[in-house]
Amino acid sequence: MSKKILDNNDINRAIRRMAHEIVEKNKGIENLCLVGIQKGGVILAKRLSSEIEAIENCVIDVGALDITFYRDDLNTKEEQPVVKKTDIPCTINNKTVVLVDDVLFTGRSIRAAMDALIDFGRPAHIQLAVLIDRGHRELPIRSDYVGKNIPTSFNDSIEVFIDEEGKKDKVVLIKGQS
Amino acid sequence: MFKSKDLLGIKELTPEEIYHILDSASGFKDVLKRDIKKVPPLRGKTVVNLFFEPSTRTRISFELAAKRLSADVINFSITTSSVVKGETLKDTALTIKALGADFVVIRHSSAGVPHFLSRLLDISVINAGDGSNEHPTQALLDLFTILSYKKKIKGLVIAIIGDITHSRVARSDIYAFTKLGARVRLICPPTLLPAEVDQLGIEVFDNIEEGLKKADVVMTLRLQLERQSKGFFPSLEEYFYLYGLTAGRLRLAKDDAIVMHPGPMNRGVEIESEIADGPQSVILEQVTNGLAVRMAVLYLLAGVKK
Amino acid sequence: MKILIKNGRLIDPSQGIDGIGEILIEKGKIREIKLEQKSKRAEVQKGKTSELQSFRTIDASGCIVIPGLVDMHAHLREPGFEYKETIATGTKAAARGGFTTVCCMPNTNPVNDNIAVTEFIIEKAIKEGSCTVYPIGAITKSQKNEELAELEALKRTGCVAFSDDGRPVTNSLIMRRALEYSKIFDVPIISHCEDLYLSEGGVMNEGFVSTILGLRGIPKAAEEIMAARDIALCALTGGRLHIAHVSSEGSVKLIRDAKSRGINVTAETCPHYFSLTDEALISYDTNLKVNPPVRTKQDVEAVKEGLKDGAIDVIATDHAPHHIDDKVREFDSAAFGISGLETAFALGLQLVAQGAIDLKQLIMTMTITPSRIMGIPKGTLAEDADADVAIINLENSFVVDPSRFLSKGKNSPFNGWTLKGTIEKTIAMGKVYDWT
Repeated sequence: MSKKILDNNDINRAIRRMAHEIVEKNKGIENLCLVGIQKGGVILAKRLSSEIEAIENCVIDVGALDITFYRDDLNTKEEQPVVKKTDIPCTINNKTVVLVDDVLFTGRSIRAAMDALIDFGRPAHIQLAVLIDRGHRELPIRSDYVGKNIPTSFNDSIEVFIDEEGKKDKVVLIKGQS
Repeated sequence: MFKSKDLLGIKELTPEEIYHILDSASGFKDVLKRDIKKVPPLRGKTVVNLFFEPSTRTRISFELAAKRLSADVINFSITTSSVVKGETLKDTALTIKALGADFVVIRHSSAGVPHFLSRLLDISVINAGDGSNEHPTQALLDLFTILSYKKKIKGLVIAIIGDITHSRVARSDIYAFTKLGARVRLICPPTLLPAEVDQLGIEVFDNIEEGLKKADVVMTLRLQLERQSKGFFPSLEEYFYLYGLTAGRLRLAKDDAIVMHPGPMNRGVEIESEIADGPQSVILEQVTNGLAVRMAVLYLLAGVKK
Repeated sequence: MKILIKNGRLIDPSQGIDGIGEILIEKGKIREIKLEQKSKRAEVQKGKTSELQSFRTIDASGCIVIPGLVDMHAHLREPGFEYKETIATGTKAAARGGFTTVCCMPNTNPVNDNIAVTEFIIEKAIKEGSCTVYPIGAITKSQKNEELAELEALKRTGCVAFSDDGRPVTNSLIMRRALEYSKIFDVPIISHCEDLYLSEGGVMNEGFVSTILGLRGIPKAAEEIMAARDIALCALTGGRLHIAHVSSEGSVKLIRDAKSRGINVTAETCPHYFSLTDEALISYDTNLKVNPPVRTKQDVEAVKEGLKDGAIDVIATDHAPHHIDDKVREFDSAAFGISGLETAFALGLQLVAQGAIDLKQLIMTMTITPSRIMGIPKGTLAEDADADVAIINLENSFVVDPSRFLSKGKNSPFNGWTLKGTIEKTIAMGKVYDWT
């Protein structure tokens, strides 16, 4: 059974609000860069950056990070994850890096992303922005910016569909067998 | 995607599996360009390099690939003579198992040894060259290199020059190139052409000029110098006269043809120095790509359920 | 003790017999063989029971009762390679396979090129053997291709043929002399046909499969060149040539042609040459490594055709047992050979099932024909012959399990095959081995 829980407008509003929070918390965007986690976080990071750029009227660095090599479940997955592009466009030394992902669940991807990021340099701060926080954390990780908190059971799954234009965005909750 | 725990040869792979390895390899090629060239997926794993034949290049490439993936590496180099005196291959294999290794990378002068080990061991076996059978990671790095220049394999004319009979590189390359739709030409004296090889869907030329015409890729193989004393050809000079890759001959290939060699080269025997060092040569690129491809293979096999 | 085998289908091509009947065995000899005729049968029964001697009756109903099989080409490995096989274990394996006579090749250590070794084999076989053993002497001293062994002494001591099997006689002049000299005793010279220059380093048939396996091939020409040479020498000398383990189409044609020209040549093949092709080697299973190598489908068909039309006279086993350490290793350095005694007849029966030859032909090629070639009084159920009998159920099937072979050599490429035709009992010189 699946249920649409966020539509196009909900998502646009959430992204706009998160953009404002990022600018506010960091008192501007100097020394800031966004890094989306492959694959769901990359487009979200781009969307966030356009909003931020509209607010601040300047350009912000956006990167993409593939965490495949840093995962802790290589031997337990049925299929090997496909290695995707990592593109960090600027130095991250002494920067504030906002990691961006679509769904925050167990926290393991974020752990891997932080390990991956640190192989590129030593950021001053790492912050986390997610569109959906569905709970069930397995590691001591929390996000700084949340689009929407959605309570779920562990066996549910959340699917996020967003594209660059923001025309067909939606978030769907699929009830799992418990 | 990957079903086998081992990489025994290209023969056993599907085109999808080949592309999967190559796609992963490009991810690793990016890693190799970073400041910190090491990633953690094989942390806590042990790779045994079991080399029964001297081979500095392939061993170093596998060793570095494993280390870049944070694996521990043991190099087990065994000269054939000590094997004759003592331990059997079976005992060596069981020793490696007892050491708790997760991968064994095997190079052996006898074809089929990786298959033998794969039956004996439940860990991943990677063929780093077995007799005249296969050298799959070499073919994968060759594909990767060609793709990076030509963007596709299908329809390319790829000429392989040299000792096909004794070449595991040639065999793996033939399987790899034909599986992905290239047109493969073998250029060699009939004495160095394996039996009934035409059944592999390739073209055979004993005239190098004919074979090089309009080729997109020109690959020369290393000529083992002892073949001459075995009577496969009368002299190295005559071999070079008939089959050496020279600037004049290379002009028969396409203008943008690339020149490849699995190394180590015998300059002046199978290839002119000017070509080896020339603008069309991608020989050093092959070495770099070998690292990325071997990282991809180790990484992908680590993910196969055993 | 007397033995009466009754209710079986007696097939003895040497006497043209095929029918339900009885065989009476006494003192290790066949005393009487009778096809079923109600009145006579009753008479025999009555006559026996009236005697007070110990009596054993074997009910062979549902089985064929045939002369004990004769293997004119086996390696019993003793002396010298007792870790691979001994005369005791090899003859036991033979009996298990329905064989009651085995001719053993001389490539032992020391080589059977002198009467001491011949005597050793014969005595050992009498003492420990489960069936009759006839030694084959070496053609050249130490099988070194340099000078002829003392063929007369070997023949006198009990050798029934000469061969340097395992190696060819490379020197054509020595081969000529052997064919000439052996005419004195009218025994065959058995030729292992292989041009060593062409086969050097080879481990399997040369062809597409060797190309894709990256293994060094042995071309068919390596066999055919020597077969052609030996046929020419046979024609030149008028000696008796027997060509061992024929594997290739070309060899079959050469032999057929030679026979049509009246040349005194005979030939054998082995079960693996009509049961397997080189495609089976894809797994690099060293149990398939044999010399000459298993060839292609075309060769298999030619060998079958040769058996059918008589170009090939005999099915021998070339039983070549090896220790597991000689097989569980690199393909290149693994030993050549197949442990064949315990699967040979069932594999032969596959030819009958395929319609390639008939049952009588199969039995001939494994009984009377090799006996005649070797000049030995075996392979027949004739009265007064040695009581060598095999009782075989043609309908029963079994799964080949080399670990249960009685041979020390477990090196069989037929591991796991389901075959029809179980050896129920073997009677060798009157001694009964019951395998049920």
